[in-house]
Amino acid sequence: MKHFIFACFFGLTVGTAQADLKIFATVPEWGALAQEIGGSKVQVYTATTAFQDPHRIDAKPSLLARARQANLLIAAGADLEIGWLPLVLRDSGNAAIQTGQPGYFAAADFVNRLEVPATVDRAHGDVHAAGNPHTHLDPRNVLKVGAALTARMAELDGANAAAYQAGYQAFAGKWQTAMTRWQKEAAPLQGVPVLVHHASFVYLLNWLGMKEVGTLEPKPGIEPTSGHLSSLLTRQQSAPAKMVLRAAYQQEGPSQWIAGKTGMPAVLLPYTVGGTAEAKDLFGLFDDSVQRLLKGVR
Amino acid sequence: MQKSFAMAALLAASCGAQAASDADLAAIRAQIDDMKKTYEQRIAALEQKLVQAESRTASPAKQAPPAPVENRPSVASANAFNPEVSLILQGQYRHAKNIEGRGITGFVPGGEGLNTRGFSVDETELVLAANIDPYWRGQAIVAMADGQANIEEAWFQSLAIGQGVGLKVGRFRSGIGYLNEQHPHMWDFADAPLMYQAMFGEDASYVQDGVQLKWLAPTSLFVELGAEVGRGANFPGTDRNNNGTGGGALHVHVGDDVGVSNSWRTGASWLKTRASERSSDFVDISGATAQGSFAGDSTTWLADFVWKWAPNGNSAHQNFKFQSEYFVREEKGGLTCVGACVDSSYKTNQSGWYAQGVYQFTPNWRAGLRYEQLDSGTRDFGANAANLVVDSYRPKKASAMVDYSWSEFSRLRLQIAQDKSMLGITDNQLTLQYVMSLGAHGAHKF
Repeated sequence: MKHFIFACFFGLTVGTAQADLKIFATVPEWGALAQEIGGSKVQVYTATTAFQDPHRIDAKPSLLARARQANLLIAAGADLEIGWLPLVLRDSGNAAIQTGQPGYFAAADFVNRLEVPATVDRAHGDVHAAGNPHTHLDPRNVLKVGAALTARMAELDGANAAAYQAGYQAFAGKWQTAMTRWQKEAAPLQGVPVLVHHASFVYLLNWLGMKEVGTLEPKPGIEPTSGHLSSLLTRQQSAPAKMVLRAAYQQEGPSQWIAGKTGMPAVLLPYTVGGTAEAKDLFGLFDDSVQRLLKGVR
Repeated sequence: MQKSFAMAALLAASCGAQAASDADLAAIRAQIDDMKKTYEQRIAALEQKLVQAESRTASPAKQAPPAPVENRPSVASANAFNPEVSLILQGQYRHAKNIEGRGITGFVPGGEGLNTRGFSVDETELVLAANIDPYWRGQAIVAMADGQANIEEAWFQSLAIGQGVGLKVGRFRSGIGYLNEQHPHMWDFADAPLMYQAMFGEDASYVQDGVQLKWLAPTSLFVELGAEVGRGANFPGTDRNNNGTGGGALHVHVGDDVGVSNSWRTGASWLKTRASERSSDFVDISGATAQGSFAGDSTTWLADFVWKWAPNGNSAHQNFKFQSEYFVREEKGGLTCVGACVDSSYKTNQSGWYAQGVYQFTPNWRAGLRYEQLDSGTRDFGANAANLVVDSYRPKKASAMVDYSWSEFSRLRLQIAQDKSMLGITDNQLTLQYVMSLGAHGAHKF
């Protein structure tokens, strides 16, 4: 029995053919970006959907099986996936995608992170020592990450380096044009005060010049409580917000309650690719986010 | 980054000079403001440059993308290499019958039975873990209780072998079954299933000092094979002063998703241990205690199954988890007996199972039910058949729990159980338990 198992171990490990660059993306936004850059040269597996809270994912067997086969793992980083990714990496038996290897790419390493806490204490909730990890909602960050990711993909798969660079050039060109358009369209959003469910939109608000005046969660990662929601209502008198934002994966109850009490619109944002029917890709994500915000402010 | 470093340096300096006057403070503030302004200007300038650079690369002329600059926090102190530290606080209030020598009827006890009542603090677990170098990662778990500290786990694991191979060396919880690898703070109930207590004694987990080799198949279906060899010192084996190995295990696990909302894992495991002079009490036909000592082989087969459901795979708000395990154990060898008995052969075949479901219905609340049953099966004492009492019994237990979690790191649980694990005794138990995790955010297994 034992001999048989060992024979299996070594028999099956030999001759695993390598075709395209196999990419394991923890979140849909970076999976979508890798697809834009890599086109038909890459095979992208996205571990989560827009309807799943990226902080709270199980280290499912299917994730281990996919991570085992990846050449490149793209994480959001800044501890967003700390509850499951370290385990998936270690148990995948895949040396190429361990932290510190070229096959491990964390998007948050390549942008200026906001909300880096001065003190790290869980009394402040589930804070991320490395700053807010939801970096993709500033389209300028998408470009920065794209440039770094292209370099990484070229490094791992030299044969297709030119294709990746061409893919990135094409994407960046379209993205610049789109960014100009979004900025023009979003002009009325400048300075608009909003409430958010969780601090998932810091980068979006920062980019559009909007103001976050409160979160429905009393502390990051702690579910909204009735006491805290009431205190937000009181604050509404002194510092009124114009709308309340939530991501597709967050429960609608708390923002609907606030909306009902104050008359401000509760706005669902896709948060990532796939969060709404319109957010089919990265362009759709920002198109739809801007449109929904504009609708909310009207 | 430089900015925060400079500020930290300033802060540190100001701590040194406790008697800083208001004027000094004002001066420092002014300085910081100055620095802030300069840095903000520089950052703005850099960002502008970046935007320009990006628009240039967007022009049709083919150009390599700008070299990425990593924005990693630079911690300039030696303790940045400190391992991840976490501490688990666990304690309970327990209401139960006072039963001396609590055990499970028909099963050889694998340690002292839990008879703690009232308030008590369970073992406090200290976890230290870190990457050792690019090739290895290490972890130690020390369980502290009154007057003792036990090394629960202490192992290193490979990071760089690749090809799906994982190697673990040291003291580790065996990969057999489902619950075996989980520490008590991860359990969904306040106590381990009877099956695990019957199989492995009070710690309810088989811990091996040895080597574990795992291999994950390169398929989209999760298929993991594992083999372990080691000292085999824990119940149902015993420690021996020998060369070679005292126990081994093989396990295979398969798992996958069904749609986006469901995932499952199932497995089969085999554990072989050797015992020499494993002593336990028996009752002879006159009702007196006889001391028996078993020497022989113990083979345990396990089957495990876990199913998890969460709407859209988003387990944060609502989820359901079903798990069930079954075991059969066969022991073969000889019994050396002191008392009104003789030396004889010893052959048993016993089994048991549990099934449980836990439903999280809001982000903070969960409720669960567990039912379990063991079968004392056949116990053949050969020449001692006429001397020793052989209880034939099916121990049963039903438990219900509800728990509340303020956050991922704190939990309070109420559990009621009807325990019929001892012949003729129905013990209604109530447990109020807390589990608190301090420090590093550990990742939990499926």
